[in-house]
Amino acid sequence: MRPFEYSRAGNVSEAGALAGRFIAGGTNLLDLMKLEVETPEKLVDITRLPLREIEETVDGGLRIGALVTNSDLAAEPRIRRDYEVLSRALLAGASGQLRNKATTGGNLLQRTRCSYFYETSQPCNKREPGSGCGAIGGFNRIHAILGTSEKCIATHPSDMAVAMRLLDAVVETLKADGSSREIPVGEFYRLPGETPQIESVLDQGELITAVRLPKPLQGEHRYRKVRDRASYAFALVSVAAVVRMDGGRIAEARLAFGGLAHMPWRDAAVEAALIGQAPSMALFDKAADILLAEAKGQGENDFKIPLARRTLKAVLADATKGA
Amino acid sequence: MNEHVMNQPIGETRLDRNTQGVIGKGVDRYEGKLKVSGKAPYAYEHLIGEKVAYGFVVPGPVGRAKVRSIDTSRAMAEPGVLAVVTGDGLPRSSAQPMSPAGQTMDGEIFHYNQPVALVVAESFEIARHASHLVKVDYEEIEGRYEIESRRGTGRATDAGPMAADTKRGDFEKAFAAAEVQFDQTYRTPSYHSAAMEPHTSVAKWDGDQLTVWSSCQLLETNVQQIASGVGVDVSKVRLLSPYIGGGFGSKLGIGPDAVLAALGAREAGRPVKLALTRQNVFQTTSRRGETIQRVRIGATKDGKITCFAHETETPNSEGEGFFEPSGISSVFLYAGADRLVTHRVITSDVLMCSAVRAPGEATGMLATESALDELAVRFGIDPVEFRRMNEPDKDPQQDVPFSSRKLLECIETGAKRFGWADRPKTPGSRREGEWLIGYGMASASRANSLMQSSAEIEMTPDGRATVKTAMTDIGTGTYTILQQIAAEMLGMPLDQVDVLLGDTSLPSSSGSGGSWGANSAGSSVYVAAEAVIEEFAKRLGVEADALTLKDGHAISGNRQIPFSEILNGDTIRVVGTIKPGDTSDKTNQASYGAHYAEVAVNATTGETRVRRLLTVGAAGRILNEKTATSQCYGGQIWGIGYALEEDLVVDARNGLIVNHDLAEYHVPVHADVPKLDVVLLEERDRHASPLAGKGIGELAIAGVGAAINNAIYNATGARIREYPVTMDKLLPHLPEDVGAAA
Repeated sequence: MRPFEYSRAGNVSEAGALAGRFIAGGTNLLDLMKLEVETPEKLVDITRLPLREIEETVDGGLRIGALVTNSDLAAEPRIRRDYEVLSRALLAGASGQLRNKATTGGNLLQRTRCSYFYETSQPCNKREPGSGCGAIGGFNRIHAILGTSEKCIATHPSDMAVAMRLLDAVVETLKADGSSREIPVGEFYRLPGETPQIESVLDQGELITAVRLPKPLQGEHRYRKVRDRASYAFALVSVAAVVRMDGGRIAEARLAFGGLAHMPWRDAAVEAALIGQAPSMALFDKAADILLAEAKGQGENDFKIPLARRTLKAVLADATKGA
Repeated sequence: MNEHVMNQPIGETRLDRNTQGVIGKGVDRYEGKLKVSGKAPYAYEHLIGEKVAYGFVVPGPVGRAKVRSIDTSRAMAEPGVLAVVTGDGLPRSSAQPMSPAGQTMDGEIFHYNQPVALVVAESFEIARHASHLVKVDYEEIEGRYEIESRRGTGRATDAGPMAADTKRGDFEKAFAAAEVQFDQTYRTPSYHSAAMEPHTSVAKWDGDQLTVWSSCQLLETNVQQIASGVGVDVSKVRLLSPYIGGGFGSKLGIGPDAVLAALGAREAGRPVKLALTRQNVFQTTSRRGETIQRVRIGATKDGKITCFAHETETPNSEGEGFFEPSGISSVFLYAGADRLVTHRVITSDVLMCSAVRAPGEATGMLATESALDELAVRFGIDPVEFRRMNEPDKDPQQDVPFSSRKLLECIETGAKRFGWADRPKTPGSRREGEWLIGYGMASASRANSLMQSSAEIEMTPDGRATVKTAMTDIGTGTYTILQQIAAEMLGMPLDQVDVLLGDTSLPSSSGSGGSWGANSAGSSVYVAAEAVIEEFAKRLGVEADALTLKDGHAISGNRQIPFSEILNGDTIRVVGTIKPGDTSDKTNQASYGAHYAEVAVNATTGETRVRRLLTVGAAGRILNEKTATSQCYGGQIWGIGYALEEDLVVDARNGLIVNHDLAEYHVPVHADVPKLDVVLLEERDRHASPLAGKGIGELAIAGVGAAINNAIYNATGARIREYPVTMDKLLPHLPEDVGAAA
């Protein structure tokens, strides 16, 4: 760990001006600092900021303070009742101990679990732009099959963010200059492209203050996470789904995917193909065809392509079976 | 000298009479309260309050290279850095178990992230940061990082845990003539022990005297390895390992931390504490080598095995002759007149391979117990019946009798208890919603060994006893069973007996390894206790055999004398020594067992969940039912890991151990472990040791992964011969009708 300066933000408006890396739960950042994968010169501790509330919004949604822990959020009765997909996704992530520390804002910004990102003697364009990618041609079992680039094939590891993506959550931020903005989760992340080191659209010193959920979605909520052991493992494939049926047809379908890409993945064409249709295996196959049309395996992770197809079909079959 | 050489089977002993009634009982751990209250000091927790320095290892960031130079100037310039230790004598990795010394780097990097320097600083944090400032200039050499492409290039070594080759008759001829021929190749990946406590050491010099607290399993050879590594006479070194947070073979030889801490302490002029990081542990200690195992079995058309061959290829690094002895149980487990068991070591430039829990059985039986299942299926014979049909009546390799063998009793007891008769008879035929259900079974065997070991019993005037030996307790329950043996032999309540372990100033001991610890160290306590009883008898003027000992009293005729009265103000110290003898050669000694598993395989994703797991074991006298059962639970959980999860991945391009932490090197978590069932059969093996017990520590891991894999076959019809059985391997074999049952 490189020596760093530490300061504590006393209020929300000054946090950005302190010009350092924000630290809250620290469940990811501290590990990376110990390995010197991350070497911030300054840490700004935001854990004392009053961002721990969950409030109802005027349009019938919820506003979740950035410092609400994953455990608290998953257990919140309104989340469990109205945003089941989010509660399930949260509980599928990490371990009880980590969820007690990890925060809503921090979870959105956790970094990839790519082994080559973690091993500082290996090339990684994300850690050291221009150095190359160790995972391409290496051990890439957990890596992306959608939206990859020549520079990076890493995945985003969050379960929570997949559900947030499905729910069309909005990230509220405060910039260092005091201005605030609202960023839909769908516009929050970036694909690796030429600059895999840039993972979100946040500016330097821009603080996540809250994540806002629109009003609840009716229908069947599912979060299915497929992984190498029953708990405490990152998703190889995860599927978040909310499906509403009407008269034997799919009236509304939202789908988001984890473990497939550099960000939580959502494909409007997949959802559009389902709307108005009667559920059938042929239909689900068609949805999977659309989802995976551009999918590209890297060798070790080729199995994710059939796995994503099978998981998607099973989730859709399950979510529509009551029809 | 009170010595017992195991040349004859043991007769009835005080343990059989069970007068005190403590032997075998599942009593709580002797040191349990200390451990759960944080008061048992592990290696790193010594020298609290003393002015110490902290070490941090600098890894060599390449797979194979010659080191040109190491620039330590930036690290040395960092405030708080006391020393940077470099040199040819730095350890490459852990020392090979029972070797006189570990291998040194000698100016080269032999494997990725090998230690090349040690930073010593005022704080752990400073040392860690300064480790990044040490720059290694090297010339890369082309390395050999996988064995698949180099099959056939291995060598037979004589430095393994068994002979490289064991042959009987003419296997090739018998196989060619066999009515049924089975020939399959199985692969197991590299594994890591991944003990909870990392390898840690604290080293302190006092003039030319060195004291090291380290996490070690075999103190007698470990202290020699430290002395060699540091370059001093062994008489100058004292090694202490009072508590150990798991070893699983990885602490049989010293970790690189022991020598590095001592070198650092000498250079810094201050005691040094060195804890390997989890990444260091994965990359700089030792691992279990991957294996490629060809199993060939010839049989008659009605299912009698006539010949058996098990040929293993496995790596090790330059200068290391150890091999994973995958064929160890194939030598004697099943019948067949013509036999061939071979091991070949392919040199590789990856971290040294060494012993990991149940070397041999843990990997070999993943292959052979799958093979037996495949053959049973081919014959259409119940796998239980198939094993019964091929039960040898004596050691089929050496024609000597088995000292005791309850394999079939274990299998039969297990079948009944598990409900084996209700298993799905056709693979893929039982389904519960999305889950395919299957049953599988496998045999277990673990070769037994007795090692020389000594222990002292000190009787103090108050009538209390203290057992003292340089034995270790690596979490297995050694403290407890030694206390129980002494208490039963001497007829004392448990709370009147203390146990001191883990210090080379105590009588030298077998240490913990190879499942020999309980019987070897325990037998030395037996011998010492017999000597104490002799002394009591002498003082009372009676024959020892005429004495009954109970609750701290000697009973002779109508006399009942408290020990304090016999001791009459004296302190008695006697040392007992056990030595292996003729019974090891005249009988084949092994522990046996059987595993039954029920799995559910998700028909959509291939995720496998173990639903039930039963192990029935027979390992001679069970010294403590609770700790023995606990050992079996551990073995079962390892079996789940080996069947489904564990896989130490080496990047074949550069030799990097890729998944070098516990987030990515998957061992089972609680959610992977169902309710475990263990049954231990009553048995006495009077050839094995004076305790009539055999090793149990590593029995349960033998074969259990194969039972799970056989259950996966039963569930899905897919026979996977490359462990671990992960979803990517199962997916192509799963039903197409995804979602139909959802």
